[in-house]
Amino acid sequence: MPQDAMGIEGTTGDTLLLLGTTKGAFLATKAPGERGWKVDGPHFPGEEVYALAVDARRGSPVLWAAPGSPFFGTTLRRSDDLGASWSDPEARTIRFPEDSGLALQRVWQIRPGRAEDPDTLYLGVEPTCVFESTDGGASFAPVDGMLNHEHRPNWTPGKGGLCLHTILPDPSDSGRMGVAFSTGGFYRTDDGGASWQPRNTGVRAEFLPDKHPEYGQCVHKVAHHPSRPERLFLQNHWGLYRSDDWGDQWTDIANGVPSDFGFAMAVHPQEPDTVYIVPLESDGFRCTPDARLRVYRTRDAGASWQGLDRGLPQQDAYETVLRDGLDCAPNGSGGGVFFGTRSGKVFASEDGGDSWELVRDGLPPVVCVKAATLA
Amino acid sequence: MSVAVVLPSQLRALAGGRGRVELDLQVPGDQPPTVAEALEALRRMHPAVYERIVDERRELRPHVNVFVGREDIRWSGGFQAPVPPGVELVVLPSVSGG
Repeated sequence: MPQDAMGIEGTTGDTLLLLGTTKGAFLATKAPGERGWKVDGPHFPGEEVYALAVDARRGSPVLWAAPGSPFFGTTLRRSDDLGASWSDPEARTIRFPEDSGLALQRVWQIRPGRAEDPDTLYLGVEPTCVFESTDGGASFAPVDGMLNHEHRPNWTPGKGGLCLHTILPDPSDSGRMGVAFSTGGFYRTDDGGASWQPRNTGVRAEFLPDKHPEYGQCVHKVAHHPSRPERLFLQNHWGLYRSDDWGDQWTDIANGVPSDFGFAMAVHPQEPDTVYIVPLESDGFRCTPDARLRVYRTRDAGASWQGLDRGLPQQDAYETVLRDGLDCAPNGSGGGVFFGTRSGKVFASEDGGDSWELVRDGLPPVVCVKAATLA
Repeated sequence: MSVAVVLPSQLRALAGGRGRVELDLQVPGDQPPTVAEALEALRRMHPAVYERIVDERRELRPHVNVFVGREDIRWSGGFQAPVPPGVELVVLPSVSGG
């Protein structure tokens, strides 16, 4: 039997990692200057946890998790005490309307809303939809404009399912939000979710006869920095792109990477033009190129990329980092970067990616990493 | 008439810790209740248990099996299968998974 998860003790300045795996969630903490990580878990043993979030908009951190039983469905759980206890699983708050003909398969993303709306929380789910809560997560409803989108019959699932995995609210405009899903591409609303338009011009669909359809792309992740929300970075199923106008146009930025195939992408917490990715060899061989585990970083918005490998295995490293397996958090030394692999390894960098340390090995396959610095 | 539902360990906490739930059903005539009628009675008594067996479309979750006695309802009438007197309704997770 797995050991009991006790939750963690954290103080101001500690780095907190939420690690979702296919067999439960783990929490890890490290104080500034301390050697080694404290790891707690598994929480929800036996259940897949593809979505986790830390919400600190009201001061003290609230942890969110969406464990999914392979048999009995997915729930949304909340912890106000850093994992010492979780909310009652009895209330199932995420349900498609019965007349929609849809049934929840998995929660892929938990996204707190804007700072000005501390009771707003968004979920990205499979089959593709956005759910919104305006009461702090007590209840959720599907966003009608997405639920009833005219393109829905044409959206088709990728290998991971028809998953909406990216939600990007505009910090400066309450009506604007971008979402991405596989397959379908990047969509944006400018009217608070009433309508959603595909924004994929320039993004190719390598797997379709028409390489540049209006929609239908297999976008794996989109990221931006809150201080410059209109500048988006996109990791595609083949292709790395940037948009400077909230997705109206996309430009190829695969300049000097070993492959433009990959899943994960994250933006540095303090530098809007610094982005991290983990390239994979191909869609046919979804492992790190040359069996070397390297994170790639751009500091000039994609004009150039630098491989980062100090402290990472460079031999026989057939690793895969999935779409939510990479995240950043601010720290005193200029940016913590963290990722987990499908082989159950978790790595951390406290110097913006220049060097890495192993946080933990031997976990179940890691599918989600979320990082925060405790305030 | 009464129908007993046997629950797997994973669902017992949602039924007050019980692994066996007795349902009282009002069924017109001499016909035995159907699985659908039994599950509806279960929904009224323990909605959280019901939701883990049946999804929003009112379909049996893909990796949950329901048996009338030893008969898997997927191969013996589905939700319209009758539950004869004295026969248990057994809920079990499937052997799928990795």
